[in-house]
Amino acid sequence: MLEQQLVNGVVLGATYALFAIGFTLMFGVMGVINLTYGVYFALGAFAALWSTQGLGLPIWAALPVGALVAGVLAVVLDTLLLTRLRRAKAPELASLMVTLGATLFLYAGMAAALGTEIRRFPAEVFSGGAYSLGDVRVGTTQLLILAAAIVLMLALLALVRGSRLGLAIRAVAENPDAASLMGINGALMLRVVSFLSGAIGGAAGVLVGLNFNAIQPFMGEHMMLRGFAVIIVGGLGDLRGALLAGLLVGLAEVLTAAYLSSTLKDMIAFALLVATLWFRPLGLFGRAAAKRA
Amino acid sequence: MALLTVQGLTRRFQGLVAVDSVDFTVTPGTVHGLIGPNGAGKTTLFNLVSGVLAPSAGSVRLGDQPLDGLPPYRRTALGLARTFQNIRIFSEMTVLENVMTGLHTRLSATWGILLRSPGFRAEERQAKAKARDLLAFVGLSEAADIRAGDLPYGDQRRLEIARALACEPRLVLLDEPAAGMNPAETHALLGLLRRLRDERGLTLLLVEHDMPLVMSLCDRLTVLNFGRRIADGTPAEVRAHPAVIEAYLGTGSHEAGASREAVK
Repeated sequence: MLEQQLVNGVVLGATYALFAIGFTLMFGVMGVINLTYGVYFALGAFAALWSTQGLGLPIWAALPVGALVAGVLAVVLDTLLLTRLRRAKAPELASLMVTLGATLFLYAGMAAALGTEIRRFPAEVFSGGAYSLGDVRVGTTQLLILAAAIVLMLALLALVRGSRLGLAIRAVAENPDAASLMGINGALMLRVVSFLSGAIGGAAGVLVGLNFNAIQPFMGEHMMLRGFAVIIVGGLGDLRGALLAGLLVGLAEVLTAAYLSSTLKDMIAFALLVATLWFRPLGLFGRAAAKRA
Repeated sequence: MALLTVQGLTRRFQGLVAVDSVDFTVTPGTVHGLIGPNGAGKTTLFNLVSGVLAPSAGSVRLGDQPLDGLPPYRRTALGLARTFQNIRIFSEMTVLENVMTGLHTRLSATWGILLRSPGFRAEERQAKAKARDLLAFVGLSEAADIRAGDLPYGDQRRLEIARALACEPRLVLLDEPAAGMNPAETHALLGLLRRLRDERGLTLLLVEHDMPLVMSLCDRLTVLNFGRRIADGTPAEVRAHPAVIEAYLGTGSHEAGASREAVK
């Protein structure tokens, strides 16, 4: 049974890693813990749900819809909530509080508008069947989740680490003033980063919603706590660290549920968090700087 | 025609007038020095010219292009580059990547990045080649793949200059380029700045406290004191200017001069 649990753990871990990589990108570039990230996660899942239910789109087409909707919302919210604070060079705590307030407002709004009952994807989304390899069973949906998460993460890493747009983003992350004097439009780069991380968060919402087949407005709130644990274990602002830590937390959760107890499952991410802060306070791969996006 | 024209430039901070209706022009192909005692408003003036600060009054033109109201990144695109008093390289990037950030405005494809078009790849190769050329010019070829933060101080300064050159500027603002350098490093810097003017035809505007450097390098000087322009001219003219001597040596020398007059 261990092989089966490992497969499930890797699939779950890949969705956590995807969620965390978008979150840590936002933090790494903006220098602000943006709690609205959980809202993009939930909204992405809902957008994909409507696309499959209302428009009859297949799930592979609903995924980019979810990502796009979440990405656009992220740009809008960042512009509304944080632009003025950035211009005024407000302390980080002010930005954190603003996003906290907005998040509470948005969750409540979503709950009022959409209801709090758990929604499920239509049955035909899961009609792909499963492959068996000996005792190990891998669903088509699981494969899709894994493939989508891996492709998105690699694409983001390639963009940030290996392209000129990524270079400009890293320049803004490290020193906005100097970047501006290099001719880089910092405000535009922040919008690009908002969009990218919002879209990644939205895509993670679709995939997590698919994995558990459960979508509801507060799904983002539960995920955010785990997301914090993952990005701290991975090292704040460290994309590759978030990827590996996400996989680690996913695997640890599945194995804990399978071999210890499912009530301990929700504890494991935080046990890892405490252990990391204890032994490697800058994250698993941590160096001192937080701005390594 | 002047490359840079500063007219009536003023900046107030609450009660303090840090820069007070300053006028001067910078001639193309020259090294122009901006000097004055501490607190004279030199760095504020730099910030006004590069667009980091908005002026309370006055205007700045690059060639015949007014810069007023433009954000720094637009001024860079128009040909204005700058280095800082306290070095601001991107220390987490490699030396080569630092220079490539300066090439940003000079490259067209932004969305081509996502498509990885052949045109984009060719441009990317050219950008790398150009960045390496610039590193060679400032003498940092060997260090291209080192983390920029690990470079020695003098080399970081040269990297900052290479990065500014990557923006293909017409005018480079250098804020205390020799600050914190030992005599050997200062000497090498002097050679590099001269080569910028003589080999690349660049125009430099610099703030500097190292007077031997300023006097031997600059073609023209503008002297500020308490935010006002008190003198303007060649190094020899400025050195002999009574207001400059007074600003640097204090009113005592003025009184001494006055009493000498009285004695006569």
